[in-house]
Amino acid sequence: MDENKENLPQEPAPKTVATEAVAKEAAPEEPKPVPPKKKKKDPRDKLYKPNQPLVLTASPHDYNVTTTPQIMWSVLASLVPALGAGIFYFGLYAGLVVLTCILFAILTEYLINLLRKVPTTITDGSALLTGLLLGLTLPPTFSLVSAALGSIFAIAVGKQIFGGLGYNIFNPALIGRAFLQASFPVPITTWVFPNTAKYVNVDATTAATPLGLFKFEGITTPWMDLITGNIGGSIGETSAVAILLGGLYLVFKKYADWRVVVGFLGSTLITGAFLWLLVPDMAPNPFFHIVAGGALFGAFFMATDMVTSPVNPIGAWIFGLGCGFLLVIIRVFGGLPEGVMYSILLMNGVTPLINRYTRPKYLGEIRS
Amino acid sequence: MKLFTFKKGIHPAEEKQYTCDKTIETLPRPKEVFIPLSQHIGKPALPLVAKKDVVKKGQLIGQADGWISANVHASISGTVKAVGMFLHPMGSRVPMVHIIANEEAEEELLLNHPQDWKTASLDELKKIILDAGIVGLGGAAFPTHVKMSPPEDKTLDTFVLNGCECEPYLTCDHRMMVDEADRVLDGMAIIMKILQLKRGVIGIENNKPDAITTLKEKIAARGESWEVMALKSKYPQGAEKMLVSAALKRNVPEGGLPSDVGVVVNNVGTAMAIADAVIRGIPLTTRVVTVTGPGIVEPKNVLARIGDSFANAVEFCGGITDDTSQVFMGGPMMGMSQFDLNVPIVKATSGIVAVKEVAEKKNQIFPCIKCNACVGACPVNLLPNRLYRLTEKNMPQEAQDRGLMSCIECGSCVFVCPSSIPILQWIRIGKFKHTNSPKSA
Repeated sequence: MDENKENLPQEPAPKTVATEAVAKEAAPEEPKPVPPKKKKKDPRDKLYKPNQPLVLTASPHDYNVTTTPQIMWSVLASLVPALGAGIFYFGLYAGLVVLTCILFAILTEYLINLLRKVPTTITDGSALLTGLLLGLTLPPTFSLVSAALGSIFAIAVGKQIFGGLGYNIFNPALIGRAFLQASFPVPITTWVFPNTAKYVNVDATTAATPLGLFKFEGITTPWMDLITGNIGGSIGETSAVAILLGGLYLVFKKYADWRVVVGFLGSTLITGAFLWLLVPDMAPNPFFHIVAGGALFGAFFMATDMVTSPVNPIGAWIFGLGCGFLLVIIRVFGGLPEGVMYSILLMNGVTPLINRYTRPKYLGEIRS
Repeated sequence: MKLFTFKKGIHPAEEKQYTCDKTIETLPRPKEVFIPLSQHIGKPALPLVAKKDVVKKGQLIGQADGWISANVHASISGTVKAVGMFLHPMGSRVPMVHIIANEEAEEELLLNHPQDWKTASLDELKKIILDAGIVGLGGAAFPTHVKMSPPEDKTLDTFVLNGCECEPYLTCDHRMMVDEADRVLDGMAIIMKILQLKRGVIGIENNKPDAITTLKEKIAARGESWEVMALKSKYPQGAEKMLVSAALKRNVPEGGLPSDVGVVVNNVGTAMAIADAVIRGIPLTTRVVTVTGPGIVEPKNVLARIGDSFANAVEFCGGITDDTSQVFMGGPMMGMSQFDLNVPIVKATSGIVAVKEVAEKKNQIFPCIKCNACVGACPVNLLPNRLYRLTEKNMPQEAQDRGLMSCIECGSCVFVCPSSIPILQWIRIGKFKHTNSPKSA
């Protein structure tokens, strides 16, 4: 307690604290001279001695080569096609939005590391990933200031407040987006047509997503445009081809759990089909649910976030199925045309519960 | 061909190419040996010799102290220089008998063994195994005579000979199966006679095709009906419970032994030692050791005397390179790291592995990102990520409810962990706390 009080006056000036910390690290303590030990007479002090002292470790002594940063960088690489498609369709400004998100994510991470007095964690790539994911879920003409705010919120409240990488309950990028959705409801649902759209009305500056068009105006979008991404929507979510390219790579590398992806999309299809048959005027074709909006992006990149999805295989199925179910329910009956974000966030919230109740039986376990 | 295996597990680089083609060579007679009185699970043996006694090779120098203990024999003829505390490869100082070899021609003392084991009584055979001080040579060193006398209430139906050798680098079992197939199969026949079993299975990983064909041929020549089962190469298949699960699809219950599901498992090396003791009367004074790894100049499989030093074995193989950083007794997954090569080869020394890189230093530790890699690797189907976390947060009861004590310490979780978290090391702390807490006593 006393220590805390002493630290209080220093808090307004975090920089000085930081420099002090650095200075402390820079001046290493002088190594204490080790008193020479009296050597016991051992009859085996003979023959063979290795040139350098051998290192002692506890078994296992063999480690795999994959590291957490490698996983993060692989996920980043898998998002490049989606980012490329976004810039291709919506122009360089879309790239600028994403870049803003990334920069502020990294900056926030760095500052909070300084505040928490922990070694910087930028190099693990997770902040970059959160920024990129958030950027890709924003509309292409989103204000840069708002994007920065969302990014700061995503890292600070979505991730670092829980203790940083690995400890967060909710997907940080989606937390950031939820914050933006609540704070700037109009800009975040203001969409533009892609530059390449055939049916673009030159006068029109704003457009609606296929989901919005269907929900509020009853217009269906051509399938080909849905698949290639030639539609209005968030920067990264429009092109099904680009998302599949990166997403399947992740599943192939086992960085994304195929159970979550299959469960998510399968449940979207099943629930969608069920509602399509039940209330055909309200619910679209089930395949439309998958290619329109962020379902694919969410299934491959958001729901499969390792930290916030269940650990056990059965849990992964429940998680994926729940996401898909909630998604369709929100889209069809909710007030919003899109429901990927909330469906995943809701399932994130029940992940600890799922983990608790899906613990597999260990070998030879006798469970009453 | 359908390959059997157990669920999950990992597949580390096998690295067996160093020694898998090298026949077993005998180490030259050392000048001195240090024979620990505790080379097995259970109580240390009681010393029967004192300073200045003259002993012969094969002479009993340590008497088993109780049932879970094992006899210890001199592996060389000579004079006892001391009975004192010396460094054991497990890292502590334990009582050992230090014998200086004499110059005269070696005379070997043999055990009292029957003329023909096929007609000998079961008790007679069991007694030879007890007398010979045979322990499991796979690495755990559990006294074999205990395994050979299962409790009355358990019905056994199958014997499994463990030729998996799933640890990277090690090839001693492999070479025994190829070079000494007859002795191995003799041992198997003796075990099956003692246990009165009809069904015999030999589990061998499919990365040892020559061992599989050799044993198949020899079994056919003997006219036995034993089954050679090719198993998919995977770690930790050589763990008893995993092997039972892989070969027979039976799950050993929590806290139980394979005998609970009617199975007895023995290692190839143990079978060979049993054959030597019963047929030729030789107590367990030698064992095959694989001296290998990138840090060894000339990797070899050697037949070493128990008590000979690691240094001698390494020197026989050309020594270690200057950039060697670590030497293990056993393989890199479950072996013990050594800091001094002047430790004796014991009954549990399956290999001496020298490597150049310290794997633990290679990677930085990151927080757990719940990637499921450890859950997907744990052969016991535990949740290593939870167990380590619960131990770290000092919640022993919760950890035990999730199967902490069922961990076989194979290290698969640490091997796959992308964050390089010392999961197994934490689990060991948890287990230690459990066994040493006043409640569990």
